[in-house]
Amino acid sequence: MSFEPKIVAFLCNWCAYAGADMAGTSRIKYPANVVPIRVMCSGRVDPEFVLDAFEKGADGVFIGGCHPGDCHYVSGNYRTRKRVIMMKKLLQEMGINPARLRLEWVSATEGKKFATVIEEFVNEIKELGPSPEGE
Amino acid sequence: MMMAEELRIGVFVCDCGTNIAGFLDVPEVCEYAKTLPDVVYVKENMYTCSNAGIQEIMDAIPKYRLNRVVVASCTPRTHEPLFRKACEDAGLNKFLFEFVNIRDQCSWVHQKEREKATEKAKDLVRMGVARARLLEPLEEIEIPVEKSSLIIGGGVAGMTAALSLAEQGFEVHLVERECTLGGLLNGINELYPSDRDAGALLDEMREKIEGEKRVHVYLESEVDHVDGYIGNFSVKLKGKSRDELKVGTIIVATGAQPYEPMYMYNYDEYENVITQYELERMLKEKKTGNWQKIVFIQCVGGRGERVRYCSRICCMNSIKNARLLRKLLPDAEIYIIHRGMQTYGTVYEEYVRKAREEGVRFVRVKDGIPTASSLEKRNGKLAVGFYHPGLRRKLEIDADLVVLATPLIQREDAKRISQLLKVPLGQDGFFFEAHVKLRPVDFATDGIFMAGSCRAPADINECMMQAMAAASRAAIPMAKGYVKTEPYTPTIDEERCMGCGVCVEVCPYGAMHLVEKNGRRVAENIPAACKGCGACGSSCVHRAISMGHFRDEQIMAQIDEVVT
Repeated sequence: MSFEPKIVAFLCNWCAYAGADMAGTSRIKYPANVVPIRVMCSGRVDPEFVLDAFEKGADGVFIGGCHPGDCHYVSGNYRTRKRVIMMKKLLQEMGINPARLRLEWVSATEGKKFATVIEEFVNEIKELGPSPEGE
Repeated sequence: MMMAEELRIGVFVCDCGTNIAGFLDVPEVCEYAKTLPDVVYVKENMYTCSNAGIQEIMDAIPKYRLNRVVVASCTPRTHEPLFRKACEDAGLNKFLFEFVNIRDQCSWVHQKEREKATEKAKDLVRMGVARARLLEPLEEIEIPVEKSSLIIGGGVAGMTAALSLAEQGFEVHLVERECTLGGLLNGINELYPSDRDAGALLDEMREKIEGEKRVHVYLESEVDHVDGYIGNFSVKLKGKSRDELKVGTIIVATGAQPYEPMYMYNYDEYENVITQYELERMLKEKKTGNWQKIVFIQCVGGRGERVRYCSRICCMNSIKNARLLRKLLPDAEIYIIHRGMQTYGTVYEEYVRKAREEGVRFVRVKDGIPTASSLEKRNGKLAVGFYHPGLRRKLEIDADLVVLATPLIQREDAKRISQLLKVPLGQDGFFFEAHVKLRPVDFATDGIFMAGSCRAPADINECMMQAMAAASRAAIPMAKGYVKTEPYTPTIDEERCMGCGVCVEVCPYGAMHLVEKNGRRVAENIPAACKGCGACGSSCVHRAISMGHFRDEQIMAQIDEVVT
């Protein structure tokens, strides 16, 4: 059986979650490997959530936030960007390929973009294979 | 936290007609939900949001003594308020409700993978139930609403909204960038379908605004800065007026601009190739020429050439001006070359019929090809070439005047307004509504509304209707005098807090500060200033901050259930 990765997507309420809904309204298909978790702001995503997800067996973690300058909470997405850089280093140290964590800016109207980046990410994770943490 | 009471969770799974049930196995999801811990009742609904579906939730809460409700259906962005209200009406705190999105983010996007979609829906329901187990009752925060409104843009939409709100007794601050009110209407000659003088309407509206003491007009001014939230926006103006305003609601009515057809149909080369708006001005200033053959070309730049959309108003504009020219120049030949006239509704169709009777010639060319295939200057005339599908050959008209009907496009400064207010623009550049049918003229952000051509090209009549709609929507919280906001604010564990101040630093609203309590420095939240983004919660290394409704444990419970 081919490897079907499990991916957790933290989506901010105002942009990425709405963008994911937009993909639905426009009936744009993408792989079913992603389960969304809604947070008010991408800045709410505690590094511990990401580590926890890998520890619990997720093969990839996706974070979707508003485009720079568009954050509903002024600066939450900038904080996320900094934090993701830090977390990628941390994952490297832990022996988890940092490519398993992905941050994307998706606006409320970018349904197509959401579907495209999810599809790309799922394919990348499929190539990387199951997460070492999950075994 | 200790849960003294026994958990009793009810799960309602919606078919959404065939929107969900057509693409994944709803009965299987229901059977699966029954196996989840603390789930005591599961129900499949044809439409959970229908009266019958809502009634089923309200009946099940007392009957099965439910203390948590999970609905798996469309999206919380549109339907969470409805289901929360059903819980509240049945006596359950509405924050004990959990939404699981199995339509917009599942059935609709995995339409050809029934099994995978079903499995994903089961995962999502399991995650939702896990989160529901840890939900806590919360009380909404009531905040007072300033009874005044900011309207950005003094065109016909802005003026109509201003008058409507002022008549309802609210103070209105109307900000206009130009030196006069009226916007695009200033350049319009007559209005369709009434053939009324546009200048007369504008004068009438200006007069009403001048006579309305509750409307404060700021000409040659722009919004510089906006802070705050529904009920309490602080606004700073720039330009001629630099006032600082306090308003409860905001209406965006910034309008649009006509597309300039550069490099199309030799517009920048030949002076007898003009746009519809230039013709309007000529008619208004009575500077028309003695043209014998006049050709209107529709959809120049619109419907796929430069912009994707139909600009909606250009067909009627061309017919209006063709009929006016018909009266002025009874011997002239007037052609409208189009790709299908958009004259929707009852009155507009009558208008096009009259134009035909009066001798305006309509030529429909094929879709998918340029409306006119060539235009060049020959013997002092403009030779307009096009393929006539009826005659099956290329025709040429030697015109004296060519009028290009170009679409309305978003103004260049819209991006600035969008960033200023943190509201989105759609893919065609216009402001993006919260929902086309459920929340028209609303932005997703509470307290901010839109009207007129900044939303999508609209004619005067539609601008006015939208302006009245936006004014009514804005009046709701102002008439009530308060709004209730979601209590997603943090609580601070003072035992754990070390008073380091990181949360104070990261808060974009100044809603966290340090206070002395029992001889220690600890963080304190100011709920009225807090918007519940969670920046503080995710930054606290001591785990002293707990976000209302988005507690670490609640989110981690969802993560725990991702992989079984």
